[in-house]
Amino acid sequence: MISDGREIYHDGVVKRLIQFSIIWAVVGMVVGVWLAAQLIWPGLDFGQFWLTFGRIRPLHTNGIIFGFGVSALMATAFYSVQRTSNVPLFMPRLAWICCYGWQVLVLLGGISLLAGWTSTKEYAELEWPFDIVITILWVCFAVVFFGTIATRRIRSIYVSNWFYGALIIVIAMLHIVNNLALPVSINKSYSLFPGAQDAIVQWWYGHNAVGFLLTGGFLGMLYYFLPKQSGQPIWSYRLSVISFWAFTYTYIWAGPHHLHYNSIPEWVQSLAMVMSLILLAPSWATMINGIMTVSKAWRKLSVDPALKFIVLALAFYGLATFEGPMMAIRSVNIVSHFTDWTIGHVHSGALGWNAMITYGTFYYMVPHMMGRELYSVRLANIHFWLALAGTMLYILAMWGAGVSQGLLWLSIDDIGELSYSFNDVMAAMVPYYALRLVAGLIFLAGTVLMAYNLFRTMYGRHTVAVSPPLIIDELQGTVYKEEPREPSSGNAQEVPA
Amino acid sequence: MKYHGVTLHRKLENNIGLLIFGILFISSIGGLVQVLPSIFQESLKTATENSHLYSAVELTGRDVYIREGCHVCHSQQIRPLLAEVERYGPYSRADEFVYDRPFMWGSKRTGPDLHRIGGKYSDDWHRVHLIDPRSVINNSIMPAYPWLAEWEATDLGDIQKKMSVLRILGHPYTDEEIAAAPEEIAGLSQLDALIIYLQVLGTGLAEEYR
Ligand code: HEC
Ligand code: HEM
Ligand code: HEM
Repeated sequence: MISDGREIYHDGVVKRLIQFSIIWAVVGMVVGVWLAAQLIWPGLDFGQFWLTFGRIRPLHTNGIIFGFGVSALMATAFYSVQRTSNVPLFMPRLAWICCYGWQVLVLLGGISLLAGWTSTKEYAELEWPFDIVITILWVCFAVVFFGTIATRRIRSIYVSNWFYGALIIVIAMLHIVNNLALPVSINKSYSLFPGAQDAIVQWWYGHNAVGFLLTGGFLGMLYYFLPKQSGQPIWSYRLSVISFWAFTYTYIWAGPHHLHYNSIPEWVQSLAMVMSLILLAPSWATMINGIMTVSKAWRKLSVDPALKFIVLALAFYGLATFEGPMMAIRSVNIVSHFTDWTIGHVHSGALGWNAMITYGTFYYMVPHMMGRELYSVRLANIHFWLALAGTMLYILAMWGAGVSQGLLWLSIDDIGELSYSFNDVMAAMVPYYALRLVAGLIFLAGTVLMAYNLFRTMYGRHTVAVSPPLIIDELQGTVYKEEPREPSSGNAQEVPA
Repeated sequence: MKYHGVTLHRKLENNIGLLIFGILFISSIGGLVQVLPSIFQESLKTATENSHLYSAVELTGRDVYIREGCHVCHSQQIRPLLAEVERYGPYSRADEFVYDRPFMWGSKRTGPDLHRIGGKYSDDWHRVHLIDPRSVINNSIMPAYPWLAEWEATDLGDIQKKMSVLRILGHPYTDEEIAAAPEEIAGLSQLDALIIYLQVLGTGLAEEYR
């Protein structure tokens, strides 16, 4: 975009993606709360086939991951890649196509799930026509993102961009392979892989969708917005380099920990277990790198809601990536597999890490882009406490439920008979499920507060025009500790005046 | 050594093409070493005496199961653990699933495992239970599926096309079986088909493994 002969960053598309992301967050969490309620009062489907648990559970996961998550990732990627490349977006029209195309996809995809179109593969439930559209839109995303980097005016590529890059590349690979199927009709296809092989391929996808989307992509957010918001450079740039490659290499091996003691070869399970344990190292290295980065900005932490969310997200990231490797140990997995413990682990990552870091970056980005203060810092602080309380309660309830399920199902009495029938254990879950419902409502309430707060901040304004700095300014310098190594004088000359 | 590492990384960091290639290369190693061999492992895809080829009706029932999302609450995978075998029956084997596309193992047991549900209850029990679970188990949290009794099995898509597609993938349906398929499902409700599918689940296992 050029105005007065100056280039301007394309922030309009970022703003629109943030708006969509917030809408999907609310929709996805309303569905989550509804699911939680159905597990207490099964009559809440009102006798409607399209409202039954089996159909709206995938709506929850897809709506949240692809609607809320991917929209937020696109928004933050577009925002940060311009600012770390010192150049406006490459092919901005395509970015807009990506933005709206993706929303239509999530909307129609969601409806198709309610209609019962499903491939059943977790987080890849959408049927083949949608898979093709996803592939096309993903390529557009890649073109805009990598095109911007290719036309950058800073020599080196900043670390947040590697994580977004890994997100784009690896998800493309996983998506294409896992969805290979022969179509029968518009809404039905049969997987190319049979039984046990299908399971191995699916969890290679499933775990790495978690790895490169819910973890890697969001680490991209962390590496850009944490230094920005705290005003501190990344504590150790070298550590971020090492943990990036360790992470990219190791994650891929861990998928079969979703299939411990299932009918797949044992060596595959053991390898996955070992790799999952190793994964603790790059995960915690990243967390420590982040915590050390804010350690010089504790004062700011106490007054700044955006930073609070980001730092709390880091703590939950640490929790989820500690719990994960523990659950990947085969003997622990005997207890945790198939139970609500997994659900607790999922949401400690999903609520504590993914949602919180997104909230933090939104609280940072929206006021910056609109050129005005946040509508209400007080509301944001209330949101913070609601989010923390909701997440903690959710996790505690599911630990209680999951560990009891796991142990009671396995329990055998003196004469070698099962101590508890399935229905005994099911009946014992009611209080835990009730707590989880309350937790979900609290978390949802916080999210609604944020939606209100941010829409008020955005209301009636356009994004302010920001141009790429002619020379690397001070703020950029804070993002880069070691990079660019020869401080930019070379690059600066390339920038047209 | 150190010097090389640093310069190599400097190159990656300064060249987007190299960086993309690096990510692709590093991230595919795991898949190539761990997943690819499984795809070529014959024992995971070769039919044995334990494998059961779904009939036209069973296949239709399975597609009802898939469409309704029963797999989000029910696993079909019995692990080789004492308590589990006692609760659900003989543990699951890979060759029992070679005709499962997609696999139905599940990741969450909100309800019990169903891999060996076949023969455990009568058809009538299932009928009553699926139409109104709470009339059988008064605190059940399973959804009720009354409409399945009214919906026709033939509404679930072209069964002949499904079988032909599966035949391309290696399921040994004969021409006669495919020709007879529409007649077999004619007149059945989706509930009938689903129950017939449930009743065959896990029954293919050879005597010696029971
Ligand atoms: C909300 C999760 C949920 C969904 C979805 C669900 N079920 Fe269930 N199912 C349960 C629970 C809980 C039980 C145990 C209580 C009972 O028997 O009703 C159960 C029990 C069963 C049983 C009896 C198992 C036994 O060993 O006693 C069968 C059979 C069954 N379900 C079949 C199905 C089918 C077929 C579908 C899909 C049309 C389905 N279920 C969908 C939760 C669910
Ligand atoms: C080092 C990091 C991690 C490891 C080793 C790990 C490991 C595991 C294990 C062992 C399971 C249980 C599988 C089963 O028994 O079925 C699991 C489930 C899951 N984890 Fe993690 N985890 C990690 C981090 C995360 C993070 C950060 C998230 C973010 C949201 C996450 C999301 C999930 C999800 C969504 C599932 C459920 C999958 C399903 O069954 O549908 N994990 N993880
Ligand atoms: C208000 C907040 C939320 C509530 C009340 C909620 C509730 C639920 C419920 C009830 C389930 C089904 C559990 C079961 O089958 O037993 C579920 C599954 C799931 N949710 Fe949420 N959820 C919320 C937010 C989120 C968010 C923000 C994310 C992702 C970023 C998320 C990701 C998932 C995933 C991946 C699963 C599937 C887990 C698995 O298969 O193992 N949820 N959620």
